[in-house]
Amino acid sequence: MGGRDATMVLLDENGIRCDGRKVDEPRRIMIKAGGLKNADGSAYIEFGDNKILVGVFGPRDVHPKHMSNTDTGILRVRYHMEPFSVGERKNPAPSRREIEISKVIKEALEPAVMLDKFPRTAVDVFIEVLQADGGTRCAALTAASVALADAGIPMRDMVAAIAAGKVADTVILDVNNEEDQAGQADMPIGYMPNLEKITLLQLDGVLTPDEYKKCVQVGVDGCKIVYDLQKKALQEKYFGDGGD
Amino acid sequence: MTSASVIDELKKSRILELLELGKRVDGRALDEPREISIETNAIPKANGSARVRLGETEVICGVKIQPDRPFPDMGDKGIFICTAELLPLSHPTVETGPPGPDVIELARVVDRGIRESHMIDVSQLVIEQNKSVVGVFADNVVVDYDGNLFDACSYAATAALLSSKSPKWNWIDDAPTLVEGEDMPVPIATIPVSVTMGKIGTHIIVDPNGDEWSSMDARITITTDSDGNICALQKGGSDGFTLEEIDRCGDLSVKVGAKIREKLKEAQKESQ
Repeated sequence: MGGRDATMVLLDENGIRCDGRKVDEPRRIMIKAGGLKNADGSAYIEFGDNKILVGVFGPRDVHPKHMSNTDTGILRVRYHMEPFSVGERKNPAPSRREIEISKVIKEALEPAVMLDKFPRTAVDVFIEVLQADGGTRCAALTAASVALADAGIPMRDMVAAIAAGKVADTVILDVNNEEDQAGQADMPIGYMPNLEKITLLQLDGVLTPDEYKKCVQVGVDGCKIVYDLQKKALQEKYFGDGGD
Repeated sequence: MTSASVIDELKKSRILELLELGKRVDGRALDEPREISIETNAIPKANGSARVRLGETEVICGVKIQPDRPFPDMGDKGIFICTAELLPLSHPTVETGPPGPDVIELARVVDRGIRESHMIDVSQLVIEQNKSVVGVFADNVVVDYDGNLFDACSYAATAALLSSKSPKWNWIDDAPTLVEGEDMPVPIATIPVSVTMGKIGTHIIVDPNGDEWSSMDARITITTDSDGNICALQKGGSDGFTLEEIDRCGDLSVKVGAKIREKLKEAQKESQ
């Protein structure tokens, strides 16, 4: 972080990326369901060097009361980074970036959660980024889905997320911090594999129409890999193994 | 929470009943802290870090070390700041937003314990007198709550500081300039250990757990340094302590603190 290395090769002649991965290879992903004592549901994810903890409470009473809806439950999401999670110490107060990410993650989860079953209540999702290394919103969304499932909240599907992007004119899967800083495009994607719906999609960078289509496809394929790991994490907690 | 208060009352009378027999709800002796586990370097991107579990209370502390401007009247001293925050995922009643009085007290007591022990020798953290100094920030976040955050945060911050490696900066062209590959430990003068004791009825208990914490009439947090001197103290809660109780708490803090200090030293060794 900080000083960019101008000499860094993002993609070498053998198609190997700066951290040794192939173009369609995600970083190491470890997901653990549960772990927190007081939360109704929780999950911990390590996604490359990202370390993120998610706790879910609810459905529970809504405070302040005027936020409650008589027709449906509401979902509230807070994405928050710890002061020590990034290179230079971050001010602990929520930034505009964190507020926006909270909102896009909330809107990515809403289609998956059956909130209409719990009118007048709230489900609160608290995301704490302990260490950030590019792609935190995707890792956070992935872990939040597992935490919601762990809380026993009825869901239509889980949302899996990963970023696609472009470095050295090549479409890649799972953009890391260096690639995000120095690359050409970053496209985070959140996807419900069973309903085949994209619920989070952002892009910064320039893509041709063909690259755009390829990015979405690569991202969706990546989400399916992530989804299998989400299921495995829940199976490990509830059935004591990672098997099928 | 209306139904919870009935249960709280029941719990409180049970806790008191047991204490009359010299016992505690979780089977500990009155002067026995809970199991402490310390994992250092939990956040590799921080300059030092620790994940501490005190029973089921869990705290993560990350240390960031970076050049800063000195305080106007302290041009020959570096900066040390310790904070503490309750994350909303730590307990259903924790809300987001600015911290309330309890959390502000927590952060200040944890900071004061470490600061007043002179654990960090801030006079060694000067890059250029009156212009640039090293700032050491130890940020605690509470991840799971089961009582006694004072000690859990204090141990997390101390363990994180003990495991910290500070980069080195030289004053070149009127700016602090990083010297690559010269990381060194933070200058440590002593190891502070806080011990929090609760008073329930006339009984004094070390390291109250969550149920005991909500049943306490008063509490006292005493920090001792490596020489066994008392260097910071905070009384809280709406009951008082007798002189005899204060004396006993002082002795307990030295005795219990010494054992915990050994654990912190072990964690420091493991982190190297």
